Amino acid sequence: MSSGISILVIDDNKIRASIIEEGLRDAGHDKVILVHQMDGLVRQIADINPDVIVIDLENPNRDQLEHMFQVSRTVHRPIAMFVDKADSLSIEAAVDAGVSAYVVDGLKRERLKPILDMAVSRFRAFSKLAQELEDARTELADRKSIDRAKGILMKSKGLSEQEAYELLRRTAMNQSRKIIDVAQSLIIASGLLAD
Amino acid sequence: METRLTSVIAGFIPLLDSAVLVAAKEIGFAEREGIALKLVRESSWANIRDRIAVGHFDVSHMLAPMPIAASLNLTSLSVPMLAPMVLGLGGNAITVSSTLWTEMADQGADQNGDPASTGSALARVIRARGEARGSSIRFGVVHPFSGHAYELRYWLAAAGIDPDRHVEITVLAPQLMADALTAGHLDGYCVGEPWNSAAVVAGTGRIVTCKQSIWPSSPEKVLGVTRKWASANPEVLAALMRAMSDAADWCSDPNNANHLTEILTGPDYLACTPSICRPALCGEMRFDLTAARTIPDFLTFSGGETAAPTPEHGRWFYEQMVRWRQAEFSDDQVEEVSSIFSPSLYRAALGLEEKAAEGSIRLFDTP
Repeated sequence: MSSGISILVIDDNKIRASIIEEGLRDAGHDKVILVHQMDGLVRQIADINPDVIVIDLENPNRDQLEHMFQVSRTVHRPIAMFVDKADSLSIEAAVDAGVSAYVVDGLKRERLKPILDMAVSRFRAFSKLAQELEDARTELADRKSIDRAKGILMKSKGLSEQEAYELLRRTAMNQSRKIIDVAQSLIIASGLLAD
Repeated sequence: METRLTSVIAGFIPLLDSAVLVAAKEIGFAEREGIALKLVRESSWANIRDRIAVGHFDVSHMLAPMPIAASLNLTSLSVPMLAPMVLGLGGNAITVSSTLWTEMADQGADQNGDPASTGSALARVIRARGEARGSSIRFGVVHPFSGHAYELRYWLAAAGIDPDRHVEITVLAPQLMADALTAGHLDGYCVGEPWNSAAVVAGTGRIVTCKQSIWPSSPEKVLGVTRKWASANPEVLAALMRAMSDAADWCSDPNNANHLTEILTGPDYLACTPSICRPALCGEMRFDLTAARTIPDFLTFSGGETAAPTPEHGRWFYEQMVRWRQAEFSDDQVEEVSSIFSPSLYRAALGLEEKAAEGSIRLFDTP
């Protein structure tokens, strides 16, 4: 069933925009339009004539957009910032998640809330994914460093892989440091001492 | 003995006049006052407004009219605010495209940025264009509630140009202005440094006048704080303002200009080339690619007396809001604006004596 509300999503992160689009479509909004760049945005908004505009807070053009809503003759209907109509919890949730929304005047609050809630939860999900990816990258990099440090110890001290790892672990424990920190110092030190 | 630092989170926009906040953190003035200052770079004034309103930021680098607009409920997410300290005087300029400058120069525009002369030259260009092919000169400012918007409008109106009818004024992020000029989306703009020098260095723009010529030694950015946070944390705010006064004095010392340029151009702050920051920080502005001009006090950072807000300056901004139909005049609002720009918190924090008399405001065309 179609909600009949048209939603414009402005986000230059195409993956995140798609995630939001999918969520909104799943929730029954079939009029979702994605915009990735701001060139000619005034004309695009005039053409699309959306009921709701969702924009990410990293976008440097929010000031321009808000000004445009206030003065532009090409935007047919008055547009307000959604947060002005929302409760303080929704406002905080949106700002926390990094999203803002604007709506045409007259659209009922109860019809809007699910849309913003959806955008907020999808923004959060995206941040979580991005963080997990970052963590995974760091973990991989850490594991590589530890492997190199073990290699250095195995070669210089004639240890087995297990013994090399034990030595790193013991050193870290004795010095109240992380294994990765010990491994990194070892790599730097051995780099300095190498001829 | 280890003392615990109080955390203060401040939002800023990457502009030269974020220098006082940046120096307060990087040179250690905040820490000396017991404050762990965390700076968060933002991409729009709308974000600054939203994040201070929901409490993500304790304080923020703000356009001087913003705390007024927020307190008078003229923008979204309005909350009562204060502007307890001025972060910089001057620093803005009006730049036009090389094409428009050629037309203005033909109409006798002063080469040295005299605002009365360049304004009338522009008025003659608009008249000439109007007869020929319809005038459609478009200017950019960074925000409707900004010194930039009011300086540009004042300069235009003083030359008989109606900012709402004879030209178009649009809003654009500062770092995008020079590119918009090059692309022909704008014919001119009023913005803080280094974004005028960016167009000059690129060879696509020409500075026609500056804030210091339009309204000498006038406030540009302020420290913005909600009344709620200020009243809940009076001692932290006082300590922060002491730190920032010291930081401002450090920034104003010409011996530190190179060090300051180095910090500000870094990846966490402006992330730009030193060549576009130096002119304003060293007071050696280039209006075009020829000789540099020494403009005394083009951009001033200074603590002590200089950084104290004055109610009269707040009222000037309010008058502009009324003049350009952003606000409806009322005596109550005049009172409110005067208290937003009250110097009392700052003076008390620094132990400065109360000063009764206020100087009068003098703009370039004040008789």
